Amino acid sequence: MCDFINIIRRDLLLALHQGMDWVMVVMFFIIAVVLFPFGVGPEPNILARIAAGIIWVAALLASMLSLERLFQTDYEDGSLELLVLSPMALEWIVLAKVIAHWLTTGLPLILAAPLLAVLLNMNTDGFLMLIAALALGTPSLSLIGAVGAALVLGSRRGGVLLSLLILPLFIPVLIFGVGAVDAVIGGFEARAHMLILGGLMLGSLALCPWAAAAAVRQAVE
Amino acid sequence: MLHRFANPTRFLRLADIIQPWMAWATVLLMGAGLYMGLVVAPADYQQGESVRIMYVHVPSSWMALFCYTGMAISAAVGLIWKHPLADLIAKSTAPIGASFAFLSLLTGSLWGKPMWGTYWVWDARLTSMLVLLFLYLGYMALIEAFDDPTRGTRASSILVLVGVVNVPIIKFSVDWWNTLHQPSSVLKMSGPSIDASMLWPLLLMALAFTTYYLWVMLIRVRAEVAANRIRNLRFRQARGQGED
Repeated sequence: MCDFINIIRRDLLLALHQGMDWVMVVMFFIIAVVLFPFGVGPEPNILARIAAGIIWVAALLASMLSLERLFQTDYEDGSLELLVLSPMALEWIVLAKVIAHWLTTGLPLILAAPLLAVLLNMNTDGFLMLIAALALGTPSLSLIGAVGAALVLGSRRGGVLLSLLILPLFIPVLIFGVGAVDAVIGGFEARAHMLILGGLMLGSLALCPWAAAAAVRQAVE
Repeated sequence: MLHRFANPTRFLRLADIIQPWMAWATVLLMGAGLYMGLVVAPADYQQGESVRIMYVHVPSSWMALFCYTGMAISAAVGLIWKHPLADLIAKSTAPIGASFAFLSLLTGSLWGKPMWGTYWVWDARLTSMLVLLFLYLGYMALIEAFDDPTRGTRASSILVLVGVVNVPIIKFSVDWWNTLHQPSSVLKMSGPSIDASMLWPLLLMALAFTTYYLWVMLIRVRAEVAANRIRNLRFRQARGQGED
């Protein structure tokens, strides 16, 4: 358990010290969303109608950005091989790295989302639900993304390939994440959407560390 | 049993025997199926003549799912028992399955225009089928993305197994969600609810697509085996030159 927390701490420290990756991710998220009013026109009604969708899509793309580095830097400097050799099960190591990824990407996105919702003139009834849905949905994104990040280790054009592999698998999270927010704004119950989002998260929590660990193992073999 | 066919030479000998049979079966079954579907079978009382698109649309959708399931099983066999032929079968199946998925989406949208008034709707069945096409394309991109072919095979095998979650979603999407796409009328517990005059050409076409798949798959596996041999010969040649 101590090792588990140590790996999370190590990844967090690395993320804070080198690069400012997580700042870039949030900046990308904000800029991508800000482009939409220019693209579709600034009418408040239109923006309010599509606000939840825009924020979710931008969040998907933003979390894609940092996924590539989830295993890549460790793979290149060789520390991934040491992690594979360590006595702790690789599945736990992968899970620790995913948690660190979520803390440096998912969490800042959630914090930035209400600001963007204001900019897009979203109905205030949806604000809490937007945060709740992102909180339930972004861990699934990190978990599913970890599988893709491990699969493209050592490949040519890893970044583009990663988006081709992972974005189709993000679709269910997107559908129910947007559905929950739109339901609340439309005056309906969002319970079913939230339950499915939670189910997706638990399902990927149970399955993705295994698949990602298998992919890491074959990459460093 | 499994390892009997791990030997490529033995497999190629078997493939030599099966392949012409599959070719002839495809020609005959597809000829009969197309004749019955396009000429003999009646027009639908609601859909008119465009119902005939179904004789291509439904078998290609079945085959897209069938190919993916076959790929997943081969990939699992390849990962678990390091069975070289299973990997080759998975790799050879991918482009065929992708073509079936594309054909299914294409014929579906051509049928949708006169029937639903639109080429495309974002309902669960169509969306999950589109995701299946993306999974096929992702697999094909990943397997080619490594300098070392065995790395590509193993990474893409894991990807196929992850994508299996989509298969039951496609199959049951019409039952779980209230979709514009009509629910299943052939493969269901209470037996087919489709008239025999339409069921027969449909089943003939489905058989024809299956034999077509096996035929093309065998050709592709032979090509892969040949490509592996060429690669090995090249390596040997390069090594020989290095020593001189």
